[in-house]
Amino acid sequence: MNLHAVSVVYRKELTEWLRDRRTLISTVLVPLLAFPILIGGMISLSTMLIGQARKDIPKVMIIHGEDSPAVVAALRANKEIEVVPYASNWKDQISEKLIRAAVEIPEGFQASLEKATPAAVQIDYYEGEIKSEFGADHAEKSLKDYRDEVIKKRLETKNLPVSLISPFDTKKQNIAPPEKVGGATFGGFIGYMVILLCMTGAIYPAIDLTAGEKERGTMETILSSPVSRLDLVLGKFSLVLSAALATASLSVLSMGVSFSLIRHFGGSSGARGEAVQLLFQLGPKAVLSVFLMALPLAVLFSAVLMTIALFAKTYKEAQSYLTPMTFLVVIPAVASLLPGVELTPKLALVPILSTSLVCKEIMTGTYHWGSMALIFGSSCVYGAAAIFLAVKTFQRESVLFRS
Amino acid sequence: MIEARSLSKRFQDKKRGEIRAVDNVSFTCQPGKIYGLLGANGAGKTTTLRMLATILEPTDGTALINGFDVVEHPEKVRANVGFLSTATALYPRLNAQEMVEYFGRLNGLDEPTLKKRIDEIFLRLNMNDFRDRRCDKLSTGQKQKTSIARTLVHDPPVMIFDEPTTGLDVMTARTIIGFISDCRDRGKTVIFSTHIMSEVERLCDHIGIIHGGKLLEEGTLSELRAKHNEHNLEEIIVKVVGPLANTEA
Repeated sequence: MNLHAVSVVYRKELTEWLRDRRTLISTVLVPLLAFPILIGGMISLSTMLIGQARKDIPKVMIIHGEDSPAVVAALRANKEIEVVPYASNWKDQISEKLIRAAVEIPEGFQASLEKATPAAVQIDYYEGEIKSEFGADHAEKSLKDYRDEVIKKRLETKNLPVSLISPFDTKKQNIAPPEKVGGATFGGFIGYMVILLCMTGAIYPAIDLTAGEKERGTMETILSSPVSRLDLVLGKFSLVLSAALATASLSVLSMGVSFSLIRHFGGSSGARGEAVQLLFQLGPKAVLSVFLMALPLAVLFSAVLMTIALFAKTYKEAQSYLTPMTFLVVIPAVASLLPGVELTPKLALVPILSTSLVCKEIMTGTYHWGSMALIFGSSCVYGAAAIFLAVKTFQRESVLFRS
Repeated sequence: MIEARSLSKRFQDKKRGEIRAVDNVSFTCQPGKIYGLLGANGAGKTTTLRMLATILEPTDGTALINGFDVVEHPEKVRANVGFLSTATALYPRLNAQEMVEYFGRLNGLDEPTLKKRIDEIFLRLNMNDFRDRRCDKLSTGQKQKTSIARTLVHDPPVMIFDEPTTGLDVMTARTIIGFISDCRDRGKTVIFSTHIMSEVERLCDHIGIIHGGKLLEEGTLSELRAKHNEHNLEEIIVKVVGPLANTEA
């Protein structure tokens, strides 16, 4: 191997790559802008819609209840809902969003309460429709408050303390550090994204530097130069690898910007809050560890993609060969996100899946150095085998001059 | 010097089985001389020249290029060869100077030498007006000049041209022909293939007629004319190839 020749090939490929408008779009612009625009846009839209939904006072219909004035009065007293007159087609009205929910009070409900016999009130709503869910929540809160009032009165009647039905309180206290809380939810996703982006970032340059060269007629030009096939492959491979890592890095950076947008739009609680917490509490150790673990995988992707693309005579043909490859990466990466899939010594030897699993663990702050070494080592072996295969393929005349 | 020794190349084709693209071809090209390889499409010219340039490896036989064996030392051979064909395109996103610099560096030239060589070649080929222009923006003639500069940058003693003027306009073709002639004048060993008889008559010191992968006839133009009692080169080729072509048909 001649390092000078490899470096000359790499620098030339880098120059051409940086001058390609398609490269700027696919490697730089899309990862940098897509996440903030997509996530920021979605968040601002959903924040606006939820805010609007909260402002609106939902219309709720009471079905029956003529013989139960107390519960009806409790519902009417709730200023968060507007009680509308009864209509027999209330279900249709919920579906058509004319009203948001309906409370069905069974006949003799109040009498049942007085006799202390069990009774149930039903709330009808349209699941998935946010305003309907808000209406149902408000109605349920009124009913629960009324139920608590009834219990309290019963206890007072019998001169019993309220603490009789609530002898003690329970309180949950989280002891997991915030990075583990966030990591458990989002860690797998970040590992998955880094792996997938290493793959997608390598596709375009892998095609351009192999099938693209054949199509443009420059393959014979370069093969007539004194550079050895090994140096040529290594120079090209280095560029494909750089592109893969650049795409993944820019995408993670872009995700960071996107999470900042989430925080800006006020997402500080629930899942969004966890995401924000994760971002700001992930140390450089975790991020670097994920990239380090993904590095041999990026090597594997780059070499395999180049090898396959070299068989194609044209850019389009190469695209048709490589598209199914995306599924081969997505499936094991997604499998790692499934609940219950844990890292075992056997799984540590399965490429992609093992890296995805270990990234998930790193994001939760867990570093199993033995497993990490095994996964890194096995991925390096796969990557080296893929480079060897790429070099061998570049030496096959039947592939280079396929007609 | 080029010395082809029983060069052979066989390909496997799924439908047609084994194809003998080049079959036991031997010839010698001397420095300061131009060897013209003539033949119809599919005769084996391109495969022969590609083997000499080490782009393809011979199935049997070998060739010595400036003393280096194409099978044993392909990289040294390529360092001694300038190869130009209609299939050797330019990198579209590099400019003319970067294109030539790239091949200079691959040939191991140090930066001061490379700069000097490029300045000389660009001046000689009148390329300074477009040295900073991207190759995909160059005219056909400018592209050919850049390709020539690319083959010359390391000053190789052996030049191989595979149908270098095919598809070019008259003016661009003249530039190429002038360049080939100039290579001979500078003492380089030159081999080239073409379909254009006027180019052969104007340039070639020695001619080889190839058909069906075999070298059927070899000699100077006057020797061939005397042997076949025919002045017109095209008629000579028809006489040499004709019986075989009729048999194949």
